[in-house]
Amino acid sequence: MQLVNATKRLLIMAAGLGLTLSAAAADISGAGATFPYPIYAKWADAYKTLTGIGLNYQSIGSGGGIKQIKAKTVTFGASDMPLKPDDLKAAGLLQFPMIIGGVVPVVNVKGIAGGQLHLDGATVAGIYMGDITQWNDPKIKSLNPKLSLPSTAIAPVYRSDGSGTNFLFSDYLSKVSPKFLSTIGANTSVQWPIGIGAKGNEGVANMTTQTDGAIGYVEYAYAKQNKMAYVLLTNKAGGVVAPSSDSFQAAAANADWAKSDSYYLILTDQAGAKSWPITGASFILVYKQPGDAAAVNEALKFFAWAYKDGATMAAALDYVPLPAPLIAQVKKTWTSEITSGGHPVWSGQ
Amino acid sequence: MAIIDPRHAAKQLIYERIFRSATLTAAILVLLILGGVAVSLARGAWPALDHFGFAFVSREIWNPVTDQFGALAPIYGTVVTSAIAMLLAVPAGFGIALFLTELCPPLLKRPIGVAVELLAAVPSIIFGIWGLFVLAPVLQRHVQPWLIENIGHAPLIGSLFRGPPYGIGILTAGVVLAIMVLPFIAATMRDVFDTVPAMLKESGYGLGATTWEVMWNVVVPHSRVGIVGGIMLGLGRALGETMAVTFVIGNAHRISSSLLAPGTTISSAIANEFTEAVGDLYTSSLIALGLLLFLITFTVIAAAQAMLRRLERRGVAGI
Repeated sequence: MQLVNATKRLLIMAAGLGLTLSAAAADISGAGATFPYPIYAKWADAYKTLTGIGLNYQSIGSGGGIKQIKAKTVTFGASDMPLKPDDLKAAGLLQFPMIIGGVVPVVNVKGIAGGQLHLDGATVAGIYMGDITQWNDPKIKSLNPKLSLPSTAIAPVYRSDGSGTNFLFSDYLSKVSPKFLSTIGANTSVQWPIGIGAKGNEGVANMTTQTDGAIGYVEYAYAKQNKMAYVLLTNKAGGVVAPSSDSFQAAAANADWAKSDSYYLILTDQAGAKSWPITGASFILVYKQPGDAAAVNEALKFFAWAYKDGATMAAALDYVPLPAPLIAQVKKTWTSEITSGGHPVWSGQ
Repeated sequence: MAIIDPRHAAKQLIYERIFRSATLTAAILVLLILGGVAVSLARGAWPALDHFGFAFVSREIWNPVTDQFGALAPIYGTVVTSAIAMLLAVPAGFGIALFLTELCPPLLKRPIGVAVELLAAVPSIIFGIWGLFVLAPVLQRHVQPWLIENIGHAPLIGSLFRGPPYGIGILTAGVVLAIMVLPFIAATMRDVFDTVPAMLKESGYGLGATTWEVMWNVVVPHSRVGIVGGIMLGLGRALGETMAVTFVIGNAHRISSSLLAPGTTISSAIANEFTEAVGDLYTSSLIALGLLLFLITFTVIAAAQAMLRRLERRGVAGI
């Protein structure tokens, strides 16, 4: 116990040191999710030219980001998986969505181009549980009566490294398939009963392209930039949708953020005829009563700028900006909930 | 006859003491670091080991959703990929070393020697990317279908070569590891073969022995300690290699009878999952994997030491 206490004290000292250093350099410091890293880096670059204030973002993964913000070594943490309201309360943290992305199933089946194959959640879950093993399975055929499907064996490819992509995909399958929920469940890493694991989006994309009969899932930007054969999905409302900025934004807009507790909302399987069913937001974590209010104010100013002026940059990298009403709501939360000595920390509006 | 100046002698003594304590500190530092690593690994691993007990090393399950963790699949993958690597790399390394020291024309000796050393300097991530993009498709299209077709039906060893040809998997990881450890084994063996006195070899040839006979009866017995050392160096690298394996092993926490199936190793499991691991038991289980690798490597080194000692004793008795 004493050792644990000593470690904690050391961590707090290190945290204090980190804060003083970052304050001295006037840079915003953050750590966490790897998925939004490219857009955070691009925003940081533009923001630095504009204001002279840089962003030091370590993309060490959501788990690492949560650990770092809890140890107070950074001003903000970033996570692809929202923290539960109880966890947030216990740690005194506030979370809000920053950027939206989508996960897209991609296939490599001879004769099938992007946007031709149509699947629904139950079928995808069946494939990843090993219940559906051939491309000409009656379940796939009935969804695609006009396609001629080969009898090739299905080779499912999954992300082997813990990631927000895994979380969104397994969370979606858990929502649409009770069997998937009870046998596999949702997490940043899960125990897949079959298939091969590849590292990172690039690994999954490559493995899927190389293997005849493969199905994989990657972030939208990867599917789009590598021109992979993406799949159409049936959403909760029964609509057949293609992955695009519009369908991701539809999912975010249809979600009931106003009623959510602490923005704990996972955007998979949302209502709305145009919603892409495997959509997710990436979140930012800050302290409600920060030790260094000035640093948090700088960070919030940066986020407010990114909401306002960063949308085109986000679109260029195939990320999806938040819908306008949601941005207004997030800003309201900043003013009312992040305080120092009873006054709001954020100086903008 | 120079008489030693007493002042000079005293100075020498001080230098000697400083030198001795400096080297002693350096040596103790190694022990401290090693001890520190062992202690912090054990402390980090304790929650998982305490919770699962012996089942942690005897179960195949690895489920972050239900917080059930067992290390059998990574242990199996680590041992099997390293075994494949040694099976391929030891004979090849032996051949390279033999060729370089005994048969190689002098003109080729340096280029090949330098090439072997350069191969050792290639970063492991390069081998990983090469394995995934170049080797895996070749194995998938040409080698694995042949193995499945021709050996897959054989009794006993047939089950090692069944299932779909994914390209990546335990076998591919073993092959990539073999290529990675080959330069270490070859270079060490060449160096020890070079230390065999020319007179011994010439005596062998003088008695009418063939190259093979000289190699097997003169060079190998003379340098077996170095040979074992080279093999152990390679094995140590194979057991702990992380990045290259992560790319090509398929990363599945499963034990399959087929070598073509995906698997996982201890270090690749840690590399894959540590960044996004949330929850104390999950993190602790990953650290416990690290502790297991530490123990496996330690056991291998201890076994090598014991073997060397036995070889040395026999060597003395032989002479």
